[in-house]
Order: sequence, then C-alpha cells, then structure tokens
Amino acid sequence: MGAIQLKAVRKAFGAVSVINDVDLAIDDGEFAVFVGPSGCGKSTLLRLIAGLEDLTAGKILIDGKDVTNVSPAQRGLAMVFQSYALYPHMSVRGNIAFALKMAKEKPEVIERKVNKAAATLNLADYLDRKPRQLSGGQRQRVAIGRAIVREPKAFLFDEPLSNLDAALRVQMRVEIGELHHVLKTTMVYVTHDQVEAMTMADKIVVLDKGSVMQVGAPLELYNKPNGLFVAGFIGSPTMNLIRGESAAKRSAATIGVRPEHADVSTTEGEWRAKVRLAEHLGSDTFVHLDADGIGPLVLRLQGEKPLAVGQEVFVTPREARLHRFDKDGKRID
Amino acid sequence: MARKQSSGKRLGVTLLAWAVAFVIFFPILWTFITSFKSELDAIAMPPKFLFFNWTLENYAEVQQRSNYLKYASNSIVLSVGANVVGLLFAVPAAWAMAFAPGKRAKDLLLWMLSTKMMPGVGVLVPIYLLFRDMGLLDSLWGIGLVLMLLNLPILVWMLYTYFKEIPAEILEAARVDGASLYDEIVYVLTPMATPGIASTMLLAIILSWNEAFWTLNLATSNAAPLTAFIASYSAPEGFFWAKLSAASTLAIAPILVLGWISQKQLVRGLTFGAVK
Repeated sequence: MGAIQLKAVRKAFGAVSVINDVDLAIDDGEFAVFVGPSGCGKSTLLRLIAGLEDLTAGKILIDGKDVTNVSPAQRGLAMVFQSYALYPHMSVRGNIAFALKMAKEKPEVIERKVNKAAATLNLADYLDRKPRQLSGGQRQRVAIGRAIVREPKAFLFDEPLSNLDAALRVQMRVEIGELHHVLKTTMVYVTHDQVEAMTMADKIVVLDKGSVMQVGAPLELYNKPNGLFVAGFIGSPTMNLIRGESAAKRSAATIGVRPEHADVSTTEGEWRAKVRLAEHLGSDTFVHLDADGIGPLVLRLQGEKPLAVGQEVFVTPREARLHRFDKDGKRID
Repeated sequence: MARKQSSGKRLGVTLLAWAVAFVIFFPILWTFITSFKSELDAIAMPPKFLFFNWTLENYAEVQQRSNYLKYASNSIVLSVGANVVGLLFAVPAAWAMAFAPGKRAKDLLLWMLSTKMMPGVGVLVPIYLLFRDMGLLDSLWGIGLVLMLLNLPILVWMLYTYFKEIPAEILEAARVDGASLYDEIVYVLTPMATPGIASTMLLAIILSWNEAFWTLNLATSNAAPLTAFIASYSAPEGFFWAKLSAASTLAIAPILVLGWISQKQLVRGLTFGAVK
C-alpha cells in the first residue's frame, strides 16, 4: 500500500513561500511525475513527502495516516537522489544492505534480499566494488537497488536521470518504467524533462512557482491544457501561442497551435510566412517560420520536406486541434 | 595549460625554497647539534657548528637527573587523551553546525574561535583557584581537561570545514534508509570523514604536546609533561645550554617523528577545502 495525500501543504523558507497550499492525491501503485521549470518547487515538494523538510502548514498522509511529524526513517518510503548519494566508503553490497541493517534484519535475510535486488538490476558482478569504481548508470542502479530492498510503500525519485548521458537516460527510463510494472509500487518522480514525464507517468503534476497548475494523465495535459502555462510547458517543440486578430476571430485572447497540428502549403492557407530555418530529422522536419502579422512559428511536418530558407509558404491551423485561452490565460472549451 | 618555466628559474626557485626551509628548520637543527656539545662548546664564540668533540654525556646526565619516561608518558596520555575526549564533543558539535545549523551557528563558531584570541594569562588566576579548590592541580585529569577545552574550538572548526565538504544528500539518504542520528554519525559521517578527523587529531595532538603555559602553571611533578621536563633545565644559576638542548631534543623527538610520518595527512588537513 502506498497512497499519498497532500492537504493544503505549504512551505516557506523565512519570508519566501516556495510551496503554496498544494492539495494532491496520489493513488496506491500510481506513477506520479512532478514536472515544472527550475525553481518551481517540485524537488521541495518531494522532500516534504520524504520528511527531509518540515512543513510550514498543512498535512501529509500516507495510507490515510498523518505522517506530517513522522521522521523520514519511519515513513516507509525510499528515495533515489539526483546525485545518487551512495555511501562512498561502502561496497555496492554495503550500500544496498544498509537500510536492512538499520532495520536490524537477520544476516541471511539481508544476503537473500541484496542478491535478489542485485540480480534484478544486473549488479551481481559488482557487489564488492566501491561506488567510485562504477559508471554513472551502474551507480544509479545501486541507488535504485538500495531503494528496492526496503520494500517501501512508495519510491521517491529526485531527477534521477539528469546526470546521465542521453543514451543511458533513455535506457534507465525504460528500466524504471519496467520496474514500476513489476513492483506495482507507488512512485513519485521529479523531473524537468517533459519527455520523461510524458513517457513514464500515469499522472503528471505540473508545477509553477510553488503551485499546482494542472494534474492529469499525460495525454489529457497534451490535449486539454487548462491554461497558457501548461499549454506552453507540455509538448516539444512547444505550442505556438498566437494573439491578435487570428485569436479574436476565434473569440479568444490567445490561441494555441501545436507544431504538429497545422498544415503547410506552398499555394494557399490562412497565414503567409517565410521559412527561417528547416531542421531535417529524417522522421520529421521542424520548420521555423516568420508569419506575417503573427510572428515566429514552429511547425513539425512528417517526413522529409524540401523547404528552403526564405521560401514563401502558407500555414493553416487544424481547427479541431486548436486551443483557445481567455485574457486570464484560462482555457475556453 | 601548464605554465612553462625556464630550467634556470626553476633551479632558482628550488634553491630559494630549500633556503627558506633551512632557515625555518635551523633552530631545531641547532638544538639537536648543541645537545651533543660540552657546556663549554655550547657557549663558545664564535659558535662551533660541526667541528667539536661530539658527546652523549648530556643525554646520560639528563636521564640520570630526571625520569624522562614519566614525563613522556604524561605527554602522551595528556595530548592523546584530551583530544580523544575532545573529539567526542567536537564531532556532534561540528555535525550540528554543518548539517543542522541554527540561525546563530556562524556566530557561535566565531565565538568559539574568539576564545582562542584571549591570552591564557588573563584567566590564569581564576582557573588556578578553581583547580586548587577542586583538587585538580598537578593531576592528569585537571591538565587533560584544560588541554581538551583549549583545543575544542580548533577541533570543532576543522571538523566543521571537513563536514561541510560532505554532500548533505548522503546523510539524507541515510536518514531515509532508517538511520538514527547515532547511526548516521557513526556509520556514515565518521567513516567518510576519517581522513579529516585523522588530520584534525594529529594537529590537535601536536598543539597539546607543545602546550607550555598551562602545563607549567598547573602541573609540577605528578602530571607534568615534557614541557615541564624542558623547563626544569633552566636553573636559577643560569642556563645549561647543552643539557637544555638534550632535554628539548628528547621532548620534541616523538612528536617530530609523528609529524614526519603523517606529513601527508597534515598538509591535506591544513589545506582541505581550499581546492575542490
């Protein structure tokens, strides 16, 4: 079991408020991802759940039990840190076994659990090595192994992949996803990388300036962002936000067009534009345009498109996929 | 890119470094050489550097006149004992300052250090009277207590700088892993800080070993360390330089050897945190 509930959680450092009255429910077994720009408070929120920071106000419940004033050790959670935070003087075995030793488990139980975790994470050959003798990916696996053996109510991940190179990041992302599938334990994952958020999460929590902007399934956020912030944050390349006449025509203050939700023609269309740059990725072509009376636009076209810099094109947004926002930045349905 | 230096310049710098080192080391060398002279050779003018009758008679006489081993064992007990006990206070204090600092942690640290700025003689009389009334004069416990308190600010400061270098996330990981404060300090922090603790201890032991003001004022015989042993060779009828030098050589030899063996640790300790 590992249902986590946050009730009107507030955190301030001195006069600076970093988390503002956050209400949130994470169901048992759910993979929740906190995502947001740097300094939005996502790591602080995770640390509040872990018990590494004290709340200024509000309550945190785990499985319905108030743990607001319970020490990190007693909360039954496991955490994986961005810097791995391995114990450098202990071997891999010592690192993974540490929590079990603290829990005063019997040596044979420790041995069995450590070996099982090592086998799951492909670490069996490295048990006697020190962390400094491991690669980044292996270190991250040890950190995860250290979390697994405790059989926690929930795993907390604080940007665990940000120190890894791109290829390894993709691999570890898949591994963590599979791990969640096997263990079916609640996972709370903090990242600033929205690709990680979109691919891993059952539920994404978008944060900005210490407040929850929107909570929902990845595609829900993609298809129905509730405001300009989420619209601009989720999706890559980011949504084109257009003000002025084109928006007014559609009874909105701002309209949003995702790069993949517009058509380009060389003969006719709603907006006339000039190609500023075309990025050819093979599978897609990212076209950067300067549209008359609109400003810069980025579009994603499928496949290879022979567009030259300076070429004139016409852009037509797909009305059905268009997002409308009022003058306060709220979504209009 | 490394800076290139001409070989002539490098030789010049090397020679200068050796010269400076020699000047710093000279008093110890001179003491050592003098300890092998007769009293007459010791005060000869112009001074005799190497060409004199080398003799061990000063060492023999020093051994005869005073019980070197007793002073030496007192020095060892006092300098090691006081700092081991000091460490028991300093580690938790430095932990608190580094990882759970209150609003006034920096002020507190500065205040602790400021106690080192006051000359000891300023509090000699009250401490002497306290010691007299508590029966601590000339006792290992009493002198040990003073030496411990004298070094405590340095121990806390040095350990604090070491602990600051340890990523807080590792201790947080231990906390989430179920470690109590005791477990955290004993199983995680201390092993990680061992090099720092070792060099702090070395420096503190050397300081205690050489501490003369309090040991000379509060101890006379029972608890007297090697500093008192040296001082006993300055007699009212004048200095016996050769014997004084022999006593000094005997007194500083153990700590010099310790310092020599552990010089790597010491240098690391003194420059720790300067460069990441």
